[in-house]
Amino acid sequence: MPAKFAEGESKDVAVLDFAPFRTGSRIAAMTFSQKLRFEWFSNIRGDLLAGLVVALALIPEAIAFSIIAGVDPKVGLYASFCIAVVIAFTGGRPGMISAATGAMALLMVTLVREHGLEYLLAATVLCGVLQIAAGYLKLGSLMRFVSRSVVTGFVNALAILIFMAQLPELTGVTWHVYAMTAAGLGIIYLFPYVPVVGKAIPSPLVCILTLTAVALLLGLDIRSVADMGELPDTLPVFLWPDVALTLETLLIILPYSAALAVVGLLESMMTATIVDDLTDTCSDKNRECKGQGIANIGAGLMGGMAGCAMIGQSVINVKSGGRTRLSCLTAGVVLLLMVVFLSDWVGLIPMAALVAVMIMVSIGTFSWDSLRNLKQHPLSTNIVMLATVVVTVGTHNLAYGVFVGVLLAAMFFANKMAHYLHIGSELDAGGRQRSYRVVGQVFFSSADKFVAAFDFKEALDKVVIDLGRAHFWDITAVAALDKVVIKFRREGTAVEILGMNQASATIVDRFGVHDKPQAIDQLMGH
Amino acid sequence: MNTGTSTGTPGVIACIDASRSALAVCDYAAWCAQRLQSVLTLLHVLDHSSFPVPGDLSGNIGLGSRELLLQELAELDEKRARLMREQGRHLLDVAAERVRAQGIVEPLQRQRHGDLVESLQELESEMRLLVMGRQGEEGDSLGQHVGSHLESVVRTLHRPILVTTGEFSVPRRLMLAFDNGPSTRKGVEMLAVSPLFKGLPVHLLQVGADTGDARAALDEAAERLRRAGHDVHSEIRAGEVEATLLGYEQEHDIDLIVMGAYGHSRIRQFFVGSTTTNLLARTRKPLLLLR
Repeated sequence: MPAKFAEGESKDVAVLDFAPFRTGSRIAAMTFSQKLRFEWFSNIRGDLLAGLVVALALIPEAIAFSIIAGVDPKVGLYASFCIAVVIAFTGGRPGMISAATGAMALLMVTLVREHGLEYLLAATVLCGVLQIAAGYLKLGSLMRFVSRSVVTGFVNALAILIFMAQLPELTGVTWHVYAMTAAGLGIIYLFPYVPVVGKAIPSPLVCILTLTAVALLLGLDIRSVADMGELPDTLPVFLWPDVALTLETLLIILPYSAALAVVGLLESMMTATIVDDLTDTCSDKNRECKGQGIANIGAGLMGGMAGCAMIGQSVINVKSGGRTRLSCLTAGVVLLLMVVFLSDWVGLIPMAALVAVMIMVSIGTFSWDSLRNLKQHPLSTNIVMLATVVVTVGTHNLAYGVFVGVLLAAMFFANKMAHYLHIGSELDAGGRQRSYRVVGQVFFSSADKFVAAFDFKEALDKVVIDLGRAHFWDITAVAALDKVVIKFRREGTAVEILGMNQASATIVDRFGVHDKPQAIDQLMGH
Repeated sequence: MNTGTSTGTPGVIACIDASRSALAVCDYAAWCAQRLQSVLTLLHVLDHSSFPVPGDLSGNIGLGSRELLLQELAELDEKRARLMREQGRHLLDVAAERVRAQGIVEPLQRQRHGDLVESLQELESEMRLLVMGRQGEEGDSLGQHVGSHLESVVRTLHRPILVTTGEFSVPRRLMLAFDNGPSTRKGVEMLAVSPLFKGLPVHLLQVGADTGDARAALDEAAERLRRAGHDVHSEIRAGEVEATLLGYEQEHDIDLIVMGAYGHSRIRQFFVGSTTTNLLARTRKPLLLLR
């Protein structure tokens, strides 16, 4: 537009016009200090408070996820610190919270059990490398193949898995634990209704403080965080994973790293979309992929496990008023300071309090609407959602669930598209000749329907098949047409095909409407 | 009310907001549109990022929290956006009334959602001249102050920008800050052919050493403007750039300063500061910035 204007009209109309000296996008035009202000300091009070609230909720989660993965709580806590701090600078979605997550922890269980922590750290670094590669290959755009039902299935499965991971803490224990957990949930959901302080103090914090105090005062003999493993007592230090750099090691960690990279990016992209919607702003998904990778490399080298964006925490952040990168940074820094300097106290927290917080997270992650919508949504959509949930819960691997969901959704779509095929015919020339008119989509899913529409038993001199308004999408469709022609020939019927060129234009791979303006007419018009 | 979308030929665009400078912006824009005989568009940008963010620190999430939060935030934005749009429309109506009184027959009124810089960038192809105030709504209480958006607007757009400072007064004498750079040489050409300042006396002032080269370039520029029918006075003065320009402006009762904007790199600006920014902050007269 500007180019056209500059050459066409500048002479007679736009005397006050200058050729552009410099072309640059808006972000490039923002001065450094403005970008800094916009992405970091445009909402300081809200971000600091939200970061604090998020940090308080991150501590129990990081501990709980470490326990899921089978490592010491300090691994999850260091990971949460590193990931939150690094992603604050490198991420593409300001206002989103990333740290150690349940989805990732579930994938590490067997690696930790069979090979130990050092291999987990190496797998974390490799996962980061894969994610950076995905960012450069712009794989973030592959998210468009993940339909809404798969996303819903993903979050529901995640919620169920987080809940199930709490069950070991609730089996074979005394009634005290049940009472404590129930009381904790009561505090979390009822405390916000207390006037004045209710909305000023995070209720999960109140829950943890109250339950810890009760456990100490009554001297209850129930499990506490200190029983679960080592807590951090120093700042994290740089540590190269102690593994042999051999092909054998690579083959051990690669499957885990690949699964971690896929699930991490999936959850991060989904969370980014949720935060986009909540804040009505947009994000840079490819930058987010690379940022997640850098954050995971950082975590792996600082003795932390792999992590990704967190749906529940990001919702809490936005709800608490966090909008910029500052809130994620605050969350990471506050988390580490509290854990390092209060580690003796953190160790006293009863596991029941953590379980209560994690049950809250799982309830908050679950999509309540999806249950209500089961009645209204089409069956195929529900099957995709439920299959994603079932496969994920069965395998404890979100990547498998999403894979099955995407596959099913694609198959249902292909099935639906196959309905868009109509074949009409009329007899003419005294019953000697029949004209078939094919309208719609011919591809692998509708090829059989296409063949079945022709009546080969009818004795005719000639058959005319008009394909002018049909689309042949793949080789299966072409083979089906060949079959029809051969069958008619065998009956001694001459076959004439009309409009083959238009119909087969769609076979061409990467048939791009975007770069050929006339293609859209071809696609829609005939 | 006319809220036409695209006008075809580029015209004068005036940025209207609730700040004190809006009236002067209207007056200058009307004057420019009449001189240029082009369309005048009054633009009001609704910047959502200025909304304060609500915070609920209860830190818990329950069934349907995400859906509920989305609903709440959307409702809040909806209410605010509607109020802001109404207020903006009112501002535009007042502005339209004012420019009509000055003889602009059919001013266009437009409102856009989004960031000011982004919105102006989208409208760049319809823009022949942009008129905006030195400071925005937040700046009213800050006295002499350059608005937060102005520099990025000037750096982003490739169109001439008239920055208004105080009350409107009909420009009778111009000063062109001449430095023989590419943008000022283009500025001379623009003054010569544009109907905007036709017939007005022009003072060409170069700040720096009076060398033969500088004198020759200045004379050439003066000659170009004389041929275009301007009464030209040219001068070279030594001294600190901003102080000299402002001193000359007061001495000769200049009404409007024309200059190339942001000629130097950002790195230099970071260490040395920018002549443009300093002049914007200190001048009492409107500035026409050329990129």
